[in-house]
Amino acid sequence: MNDPWWLMLIKVVVLLVVLLTWTIFNVWFERRLVGKMQHRLGPIMNGPLGLGQALADGMKCLFKEDFIPSMVDRVLFVIAPLIAGTAAFTAWAVIPFGGQVEIFGVTTYLQATDLPVGVLVLLAVTSVAIYGFVLAGWSSNSPYSLLGALRSSAQMISYEIAMGLALVSVFLYAGTMSTHQIVEAQAQPSGLLGFVGMQDWYWAVMIPAFVIYMISMVGETNRAPFDLPEAESELVSGYITEYSGFKYAIYFLAEYINMATVSAIATTLFLGGYLPFWPLNLIEPLNNPWLGPIWFIIKVQLLIAFFVWLRGTLPRFRYDQFMKLGWKGLIPVALVWIVVFAVMQYLRRTPMVGPAMYILIGLVAVAVFALIMVTDRPKPEPPPVPEGPFDAFAGGFPVPPMPGQVLPELSEVVASVAEEVEPAAERSE
Amino acid sequence: MIVLDTLGVVSFWIAGPLAVLGALGLIMFRKAVYAALSMAFTMVNLAVLYASLDAMFLTFVQIIVYTGAIMMLFLFVLMLVGVDTPDSLVETLRGQRVAATLAAIGIFALIVFGIGGAITGVPAVGLEQANAEYGDNVQGLAALIFGRYVFAFELTSALLITAAVGAMILGQRARVRRKATQRDLSEERLRDYAEKGTHPGSLPNSGVLALHNSIATPALLPDGTVSEHSVSETLAARGVIIDAPALSQATAKAFSEIESTSVEEADE
Repeated sequence: MNDPWWLMLIKVVVLLVVLLTWTIFNVWFERRLVGKMQHRLGPIMNGPLGLGQALADGMKCLFKEDFIPSMVDRVLFVIAPLIAGTAAFTAWAVIPFGGQVEIFGVTTYLQATDLPVGVLVLLAVTSVAIYGFVLAGWSSNSPYSLLGALRSSAQMISYEIAMGLALVSVFLYAGTMSTHQIVEAQAQPSGLLGFVGMQDWYWAVMIPAFVIYMISMVGETNRAPFDLPEAESELVSGYITEYSGFKYAIYFLAEYINMATVSAIATTLFLGGYLPFWPLNLIEPLNNPWLGPIWFIIKVQLLIAFFVWLRGTLPRFRYDQFMKLGWKGLIPVALVWIVVFAVMQYLRRTPMVGPAMYILIGLVAVAVFALIMVTDRPKPEPPPVPEGPFDAFAGGFPVPPMPGQVLPELSEVVASVAEEVEPAAERSE
Repeated sequence: MIVLDTLGVVSFWIAGPLAVLGALGLIMFRKAVYAALSMAFTMVNLAVLYASLDAMFLTFVQIIVYTGAIMMLFLFVLMLVGVDTPDSLVETLRGQRVAATLAAIGIFALIVFGIGGAITGVPAVGLEQANAEYGDNVQGLAALIFGRYVFAFELTSALLITAAVGAMILGQRARVRRKATQRDLSEERLRDYAEKGTHPGSLPNSGVLALHNSIATPALLPDGTVSEHSVSETLAARGVIIDAPALSQATAKAFSEIESTSVEEADE
């Protein structure tokens, strides 16, 4: 796509405005929704429905003193939020909001730019964004910040692998890495339910990849239940501990934009992007490309609601459990899935389609399930059997009886009391 | 496409010097983290150069692999070196500088002759023509990697897997004894209590006095003496602990004054 410069300018400015207002809306949305889930109201006082609250919070951050602690590395301390903020906005350059339209006589897509390697751009931008978090932690010269940054980078690198592997099956099926073409490929009628007008959205075609992506996108954005880099009970606020004012606001903005970004990627690659929902896509006027942004934003907003739901439901993971899930769970499953999917793709293109393919799918599913059930499950130790008579001062300290042991004297006392009480109870009746 | 050519030249003259600057920064900076960042900066600029040559796939793979993965791993290790740590210029490997100089000259010669040979020997056809054979850049690369160079590709991957397994074995350490469970730890605590009188519970909190609630404030025992365990040993070694008994004097004085006045009022 070679757009004239003025069209590019319009697109970029619109994108910037949409992202900023959407972030402010999302802050309010999350607080209201998580409030509803916790049986409270959330912000309702300022502005209609409390919408002014997020705006006021943002303005407060902007007008605060731009404070830099004395022991920090000043250059990197300033550069780090810039990297994080820039990367957050850049990712949206390749996200398609709508199909092909005509603006002032120029035919173009409703997206800032469409590259043949669009999805790789998203991965590249997320990998650059990690620098923003890592440098923030290091330059702050504080143990909490450094630990938060180490956790954050390790977490994002680990989950980016699983995320990238989950995307491979999308490339294999669509035969392209351009975000626009992937969405267009999903407009094809579905293989099983095509006769009722259902479209071939990829979440249904590749459920394992979709599930892996959904898990790793939460890890990628450092959100609950994977918000270990800013676990406030352990690390104060992780890498942003020393930040305040405008720089803190940029990190806050970046976190919310990243949440919207990964949701937008999920929407684009798995949930049909800007295509309308199933019964609605049968009505021809609703397929108008100018309505694309509406469907797209509804889908992304639902995914953000999913993020909030997770945050309201799940407790935080322990760090080793989290890493174990990533390296021993998601990555092997994703690798196996790629092999299975590639074989399925090959069979689909040869005449040998039909029962063989479904038998293969069933066998592999059983094998994977067996692998998960058999491996890495330590057998529970049998409960220790108490030996000999009960020693009330085992180890020189008064200890209670173990299960199966009874206090010799007390057992009699309890029994005798019970005998005395019972007749009294009968009398009272 | 004259416009694209000029754009390519312009981006070359912007990104090229920046890449050289980054490379200079890599060897000039005294702080290891800055050196690593300069290298990452060079990588990004190289990616821009690839983009200006229309090699989009290479551009983003460069950023993902070199900037995102490799340099991030370097940075990850370097971050454990603190901000204030000075670096040393002591040569730890014998003859390292001589060897490095020789290697640099060798690589320089390789680059010059390699590029010189490429420019003079083969006629340049341009990327568009190279892409045309298989439809697009990505498809062309795939056809070459998984077709003509598949053995080189597989050998490289075997080498990498060997290296990864080797690193894993070197990093592996066998457990000498069983990992202590919660039960073992609790039994050990109680044994310590029985034998040495060590308090089995958690350590006391730091103190809260009228004007202070920092972790450097020691807690006071009922008799007014300081509880040694209520502040971190590190803080005690640094000598930053607040003198709690002296601070509590003011409270005690005020309290005794109130007490004496109330006694007087009672007398009246």
